[in-house]
Amino acid sequence: MGFFGTARKLMQQNIREYGMYIALFVIMIIFTITTNGTFISSRNIVNLVNQTGYIAVLAIGMTLIIIIRHIDLSVGFLAGFLGAIAALGMADSNVIAAGMNLPVYVVIPMTLTLGILAGLITAFLVAQMQIPSFVASLAGWLIYRGAILVVTEATGTIIINDDTFNAIGNGFIPDIPDIGILPGIHKLTLILGVVAIILMIFNEINDRKKKQTYNFETLPTEMFAIKLIFISAIIGAVTWVLAGYRGLSWTAVVVLAVTLIYHFVMSQTVLGRHIYAIGGNPDAAELSGISVKRLIYVVFGSMGMLSALSGILFASRLQSATTTAGTLFELDAIAAAYVGGVSAAGGVGKVIGSIIGALVMTSLTSGMNLMGIGISYQYMVRGAVLAAAVIFDVATRNTGK
Amino acid sequence: MDIPLLEMRNITKEFPGVKALDNVSFRVTKGEIHCLVGENGAGKSTLMKVLSGVYPFGNYEGDILFNGEEQHFRHISDSEKAGIAIIYQELALIPELTVYENILLGHEIKNGFVVDWNETIKQAGIMLQKVKLDINPAAKIIELGIGKQQLVEIAKALSKDVKLLILDEPTSALNEKDSENLLQLLRDLKHQGVTSIMISHKLKEVISIADTVTVLRDGKTICTLSKKAGEVSENALIKNMVGREINNIYPPKKHIPTKDVILEVKNWNARNPALGRDILKDVNFKLNRGEIIGLAGLIGSGRTELALSIFGNPDNYQIKGELYLNGKQRKFNHPRDAIDSGVSYVSEDRKGDGLIMIQDVKQNISLANLKELASQGLVVDNNAEIKIANKYKTELNIKTPTVEQKVSNLSGGNQQKVCLGKWLFVKPNVLILDEPTRGIDVGAKFEIYTIMRELVRQGMSIIMISSELPEVLGMSDRIYIVASGRIAGELSAQEATQEKIMHLATN
Ligand SMILES: Nc1ncnc2c1ncn2[C@@H]1O[C@H](COP(=O)(O)OP(=O)(O)OP(=O)(O)O)[C@@H](O)[C@H]1O
Ligand SMILES: [Mg+2]
Repeated sequence: MGFFGTARKLMQQNIREYGMYIALFVIMIIFTITTNGTFISSRNIVNLVNQTGYIAVLAIGMTLIIIIRHIDLSVGFLAGFLGAIAALGMADSNVIAAGMNLPVYVVIPMTLTLGILAGLITAFLVAQMQIPSFVASLAGWLIYRGAILVVTEATGTIIINDDTFNAIGNGFIPDIPDIGILPGIHKLTLILGVVAIILMIFNEINDRKKKQTYNFETLPTEMFAIKLIFISAIIGAVTWVLAGYRGLSWTAVVVLAVTLIYHFVMSQTVLGRHIYAIGGNPDAAELSGISVKRLIYVVFGSMGMLSALSGILFASRLQSATTTAGTLFELDAIAAAYVGGVSAAGGVGKVIGSIIGALVMTSLTSGMNLMGIGISYQYMVRGAVLAAAVIFDVATRNTGK
Repeated sequence: MDIPLLEMRNITKEFPGVKALDNVSFRVTKGEIHCLVGENGAGKSTLMKVLSGVYPFGNYEGDILFNGEEQHFRHISDSEKAGIAIIYQELALIPELTVYENILLGHEIKNGFVVDWNETIKQAGIMLQKVKLDINPAAKIIELGIGKQQLVEIAKALSKDVKLLILDEPTSALNEKDSENLLQLLRDLKHQGVTSIMISHKLKEVISIADTVTVLRDGKTICTLSKKAGEVSENALIKNMVGREINNIYPPKKHIPTKDVILEVKNWNARNPALGRDILKDVNFKLNRGEIIGLAGLIGSGRTELALSIFGNPDNYQIKGELYLNGKQRKFNHPRDAIDSGVSYVSEDRKGDGLIMIQDVKQNISLANLKELASQGLVVDNNAEIKIANKYKTELNIKTPTVEQKVSNLSGGNQQKVCLGKWLFVKPNVLILDEPTRGIDVGAKFEIYTIMRELVRQGMSIIMISSELPEVLGMSDRIYIVASGRIAGELSAQEATQEKIMHLATN
């Protein structure tokens, strides 16, 4: 088979996966043209990434939930509620009666722990009491909605004054001292980008070598080289764009870290395999010695933690906790997961896919905002894109491998 | 009176990496019972799916003539309209619906716009009588055993106006008596003018019922044998199917089991709280190291429930009694405990409880023992996984282009082998096999029996649940007969006969 033959075969086999990247790429091109380049400006992209952050982490958790054939509707208001708790935790009790005067280093772990607890409660209802997750989490939706109102009742919006906390949603990683070259470019970001490329190449080559020692099929050399160049170019381009404004934001760092960890767990570990297995066929998984109940706790617990993280990112970005924080986050997260290719039937879905899905959805919002399109049409366009993504997914499901 | 009802000419059907049918020709005469036989993966089910429109016209090459006319079925409903009804290898009933709802699903009896339930129930009752199934039409499918479900499937097919009835391994899940019922049913239908095509791996049945047999091998038609011409015999079938002769399908015993007891169950009682009834009553049995014991009995006698109650009780029965493994009393609260202690269970229902159909062969084989493939039990070594999967692919002769093929794309028998591979990879001391050769061709059966013999020679102990009496007799060192949740008797291999077993099983 010639070079193009191989390329075509790869394309056919992986059309579902590549489809999302292509969609994101096309959307970005369209908005770049319609906004005369504003969309692709460093400043806008950095903003876009920061806006995606709090939905992206929810989308990751939701991906796992949907993979095991459940749903969690409570995550939006749980995020909002825990954001308010975090704000109260740091608030000065002289200003707000319920303030706890806690340092940020206590507040963040505390909030994440509360998130895990909330997730475990949902898991208890689902696993132990056998309540459908839709209903259990709808109850959570109502309860946390009420809880936000209770917490913010006295003061309305709770202002956050902690600079460290606020930096998570608004700050950027520091740069190395100015050495006189590349003025106006964030050099540490560039260095990190280069390191990422080197690590990626190293990792891929290593992987290929291992496969070859087993005599397994690998990509032909020129194909492999092109793949490496292509991925390097993308990482390079993103890094360059980010470095052109203020560099990597802390939000981006957090999302990247969460993405990498979850991607690793889902694709490489026994735990990940077990999660896919119970999504694929819970009965068979149970008989294979996998405790479905235990994994429901793990997955909902992780969702709760990520809800807390989402709440922290959002509160930090607004530098305050508001009464409406978290509204519709759950639906954005679910939409992102579906655009990213998870299947409602369970057992199928990728973490990276959901991140791309989240980027697609935020790009749409951001692009349409820049174009000055009204909010009403924005909803319709996003709805249409969601439907189109899922149609594409279903249509290509049977042609893949 | 040799009018062809169906003629399939030069049918070729390819899947990525597999030529499932290669220029197959197949001809069925009006009014006959035509059996289609061949090894697992030979293309039998695929041929029937081409015929019934599951793979629509244009998706395959070749011509289909039915009733003298060329047909272009684009959907199953097209072939149904033409009078072809097919019962798939994998049952297609809706578990949560009642029997009558299932029987008339898709062609509901209506009174204006609304379903006429009374008439539906009456019609369903008539259909059930036709298949001699004495159950309440209002029972849910999920409450029925797999054997009764099969009969409901047939009742469902009969409720349509059929000229050609296709049954893909209808008796694989049935016991002798139900199978004989079913075969008699086919003969009756034949007298009423219904032509049938039956796929089966049970050669005795084929010989008893077929007027004509077509043998497929590797996607090609090997031959068509006629009963009238005296061409149909077990030897002829095996030889054409496998391409070589197998003289004794049950390989001879090579060693004598030890007398040390590895597993013992005492005064074992179980109650299913969901159904609210006792399913096992005072069960006592022993398994020695290196021994194969057979659990014989009717379908629904409680053998699967017994296995599950030992294997970590996944269905949460209320259990009373004692379980000893290697002389130590044990209690398994989850299949995991049982697996970790060296007990494995290969389910009878591979699609429902055995495999993850959307995952590939290697992921299914590794699932119950991922720890072994993971460094520190955490990170899975993907390459080692492929290697292991390939090892079992070779050992069990699983027919698939690669171990990265989804199991839903494998033929039924090959799926069964994947199940077996999965549990062999766990390397258990006690292996419980629930209907291990259901839907498996003679050649592969012989391979599996040979593997079982080899496993016990290495010191493994096997509990084999089987509704095929010849298999129970051919493979077991000792036989327990289970009836209505009790052990109705124990027979040694020497004293056991089909008659004795049936006598104990039905009393
Ligand atoms: N959807 C599919 N995609 C890819 N390959 C398939 C698909 N369906 C069947 N095959 C392959 O086609 C071949 C024939 O399969 P088929 O199911 O017709 O076999 P069979 O004769 O019915 O076997 P069995 O007795 O085990 O049921 C097998 O090699 C199988 O793996
Ligand atoms: Mg088949």
